Amino acid sequence: MMNIDEIQVAEETLNSAVPKGPIHEKWDQHRFEMKLVSPANRRKFTIIVVGSGLAGASAAASLGEMGYNVHCFFYQDSARRAHSVAAQGGINAAKNYRNDGDSIFRLFYDTVKGGDYRSREANVYRLAQVSNAIIDQCVAQGVPFAREYGGLLANRSFGGAQVSRTFYARGQTGQQLLLGAYQALQRQAHAGTVKLYPRTEMLDLIIINGRAQGIVTRNMVTGELKTYLGDAVVLATGGYGNAYFLSTNAKGSNATAIWRAYKRGAYFANPCFVQIHPTCIPPSGEHQSKLTLMSESLRNDGRIWVPRRAGDTRPPNEIPEEERYYYLEEKYPSFGNLVPRDVASRNAKAVVDAGHGVGELRNGVYLDFKDAIQRLGKEVIKDRYGNLFDMYTSITGEDPYETPMRIYPAVHYTMGGLWVDYNLMSNIPGLFVIGEANFSDHGANRLGASALMQGLADGYFILPYTLANYLAQAGPGDAEMSHSAVKDAQLFVQDKIDKLLSVNGKRSVLHFHRELGKVLWDFVGMARNDEGLRHALKRIPEIRAEFWEDVRVPGSAADLNQSLELAGRVADFLELGELLALDALYRTESCGAHFREESQTEEGEALRDDENFSFVSAWEFTGDDQTPRLHKEPLVFEYVKLSQRSYK
Amino acid sequence: MKLHLKIWRQKNAQDPGGFVDYDLDGVSPDSSFLEMLDLLNEELIAKGQEPVAFDHDCREGICGMCSLMINGVPHGQDREPIKQITACQLHMRHFRDGETVVIEPWRARAFPVIKDLIVDRSAFDRIIQAGGYISVSTGSAPEANAIPIGKKDADKAMDAAACIGCGACVAACPNASAMLFVGAKVAQLSYLPQGQIERYDRVVNMVNAMDAEGFGGCTNTGECEAACPKEISLDFIARMNSELIKANLKGGR
Ligand SMILES: Cc1cc2nc3c(=O)[nH]c(=O)nc-3n(C[C@H](O)[C@H](O)[C@H](O)COP(=O)(O)OP(=O)(O)OC[C@H]3O[C@@H](n4cnc5c(N)ncnc54)[C@H](O)[C@@H]3O)c2cc1C
Ligand code: FES
Repeated sequence: MMNIDEIQVAEETLNSAVPKGPIHEKWDQHRFEMKLVSPANRRKFTIIVVGSGLAGASAAASLGEMGYNVHCFFYQDSARRAHSVAAQGGINAAKNYRNDGDSIFRLFYDTVKGGDYRSREANVYRLAQVSNAIIDQCVAQGVPFAREYGGLLANRSFGGAQVSRTFYARGQTGQQLLLGAYQALQRQAHAGTVKLYPRTEMLDLIIINGRAQGIVTRNMVTGELKTYLGDAVVLATGGYGNAYFLSTNAKGSNATAIWRAYKRGAYFANPCFVQIHPTCIPPSGEHQSKLTLMSESLRNDGRIWVPRRAGDTRPPNEIPEEERYYYLEEKYPSFGNLVPRDVASRNAKAVVDAGHGVGELRNGVYLDFKDAIQRLGKEVIKDRYGNLFDMYTSITGEDPYETPMRIYPAVHYTMGGLWVDYNLMSNIPGLFVIGEANFSDHGANRLGASALMQGLADGYFILPYTLANYLAQAGPGDAEMSHSAVKDAQLFVQDKIDKLLSVNGKRSVLHFHRELGKVLWDFVGMARNDEGLRHALKRIPEIRAEFWEDVRVPGSAADLNQSLELAGRVADFLELGELLALDALYRTESCGAHFREESQTEEGEALRDDENFSFVSAWEFTGDDQTPRLHKEPLVFEYVKLSQRSYK
Repeated sequence: MKLHLKIWRQKNAQDPGGFVDYDLDGVSPDSSFLEMLDLLNEELIAKGQEPVAFDHDCREGICGMCSLMINGVPHGQDREPIKQITACQLHMRHFRDGETVVIEPWRARAFPVIKDLIVDRSAFDRIIQAGGYISVSTGSAPEANAIPIGKKDADKAMDAAACIGCGACVAACPNASAMLFVGAKVAQLSYLPQGQIERYDRVVNMVNAMDAEGFGGCTNTGECEAACPKEISLDFIARMNSELIKANLKGGR
């Protein structure tokens, strides 16, 4: 069991390897100074990329184009189905096409502020810098972004910004960006530079002589365990939101790859920074297997309200205007319905907790399009959000053109992840982590339309340089199949599978996953406090122990076995959940999505404690059931002025 | 509600497979079709039996992973008021209490069954590999607004690009043809100025790859369009055919 009182803090702070110089020159200067691998030598290097989402596909395709020998692994049957496909709303870039005052510096500033000052300035600046090239690249690939009648690209606005900088492809932006990257990846598969491994799960990381040099995988069709060795390993395996059981993530999204890397020595940063998205369809009962996001872009035209009187059960159209409480518009006149996600979510929780909830289970708030339909006409709204409205109708059986949508917050995105330096390399040499899987540029809260930007920035424009720099200096790896670390990892994987199949208890994996999810949601969710977190820290190891005593995993290892796949993932969530709670307990300040009830302003906003918590928490594994060691990366702000975020 | 399920069970590609009957009680009308299958699987596990394997991931109708033939209709989409849905978006409120529901995998030579309701759709990836892209390496793109694209063409390209690659079109077609899938990608890229350079090689290579995978020919039955959860139009097949004719005239490969 992890114990808050036993936490040891490493004396030396982490080195983020941020280059010297003014912020706007760092990346250019660094690119010039980094070492290169000559075209003729590239094919001698084998690079393992795990993940085919925006981050993994863009990285694997770009590295293939450059001439490296790339292996790309993913658990779906096709790279095109990676979870990035589900992103709806859009992708940010600092193009300033609207001439409304946007700039690289403003995108950088908004992102640092939106993240409540818990991200690394230099990384965020670079992200804003490369954002424009992403749009160029995607358009050239044939991504059909929305356009104006004059033929130029259209934009919309998103929460946390006062400029219109979001590019979109109807409500399917993630799908279209992913298809662009997927097609680039297929081109490389055709060219023979990238080899694809569908329906293949990474189950362990191999470190030899202090350097990441391989992975152990399971073929999900045949059950065969296989080891792949390479000169570097790139993890692009997405976020761990599914630890909460109910989330907007795809059912297969998992933490196994990054969790195994953590247990092999990679530091896990800010695990408690979990974003709860304000606009999802509320759960409808016990059968619920996942939650569906209604894109945040809806907040551009929809107005959020609840009945002013608690316990008012009248249908929405019978509640007169003056008895409706447009709580975001009233509390935050300048941002209104477009406040950042954490603020919108907490306010929804507050009104529902106070008895204003709507719907049969009283577990939602209204998102109303009546005014927008009156102002713009049904056709315009249909053009903007048609597919989202259809999706809402098919799930709830209600028609949002006629009656307001019901929404409620749900777990959506994880800002935490494996710690990486400026070069996107973890503390383990040769292990790179990109996309949602790293602890990212979003601090304690991610702004809408910035995850797609980050995934593609990492994969197309940053990793190809920094990985080359690493390979040029480290040279080829020295891994051999006969090495004891290889055997060790293989044995570990085999052993875990055998154990899962042999418990032969009474309860299903799903049962334990639900139970873990409930503890995390109730005590490590939208609002956290000392008592609740201590309870979670006690309860999670208990559930874990019950899991290993009483889980039933049917079927065999030498076959397609979905129960076994899930069991392995849930076993990891049961460990990760505990670290999540520990991190949340340790950080007694509130910041962004991490809201400690003990630390709030008079108005109920998240109150940071910059003096004591202006750092990244990076946890080092010290053994099963042991309290991990804490490493800190101090956050220094030279360009952004720290202030209490205000969206009033 | 109660359901009587007839589900295709098949151990692996070699196994001949067959239907197995299950009675399921306690299904919530608010649950989705896949949540209904989750419930069945929980019961099977509790009884010590192997659960039914089926593909799924996003459960939001966008990843294209779910692939169920429900009472002979791909994704069971004839039941919803909004017909264009995937099985994961189908909800049980559209079923009758006590109804018999037959669940099968996609049936097509080019999509061999892997297990139970899971099929191998890698043929689609190979068709894309043959040319379903614009060859532009990272870093070489011009400024995004340098080439304006009329809203009409951009919208058409988006209509075609909405394909989720689920394979319902193939499953619905009496010839198991993949023309709608291929047509959508060919059409998308043909509407865009960026796609012009490789236009003719692309259509020839993709059609050849499609034929090599063992998909059937198109006899214009229109079943694919009716089954498509993303409303991909038959017009894109016509567009592909005209591209192909032009390519042949131009002496494209
Ligand atoms: C519903 C929804 C809507 C969203 N909308 C937006 C939006 O509008 N704008 C925005 O910016 N962001 C949005 N986001 C967030 C954004 O989509 C994700 O953060 C981003 O796409 C993550 O990309 P990724 O490449 O890091 O990971 P993913 O796309 O999740 O890909 C993970 C990859 O890793 C593979 N993988 C995972 N584990 C393993 C393993 N153990 N072994 C082998 N392979 C593995 C998977 O197969 C997959 O290929 C949204 C998220 C959700 C859930
Ligand atoms: S599970 Fe993704 S489309 Fe059905």
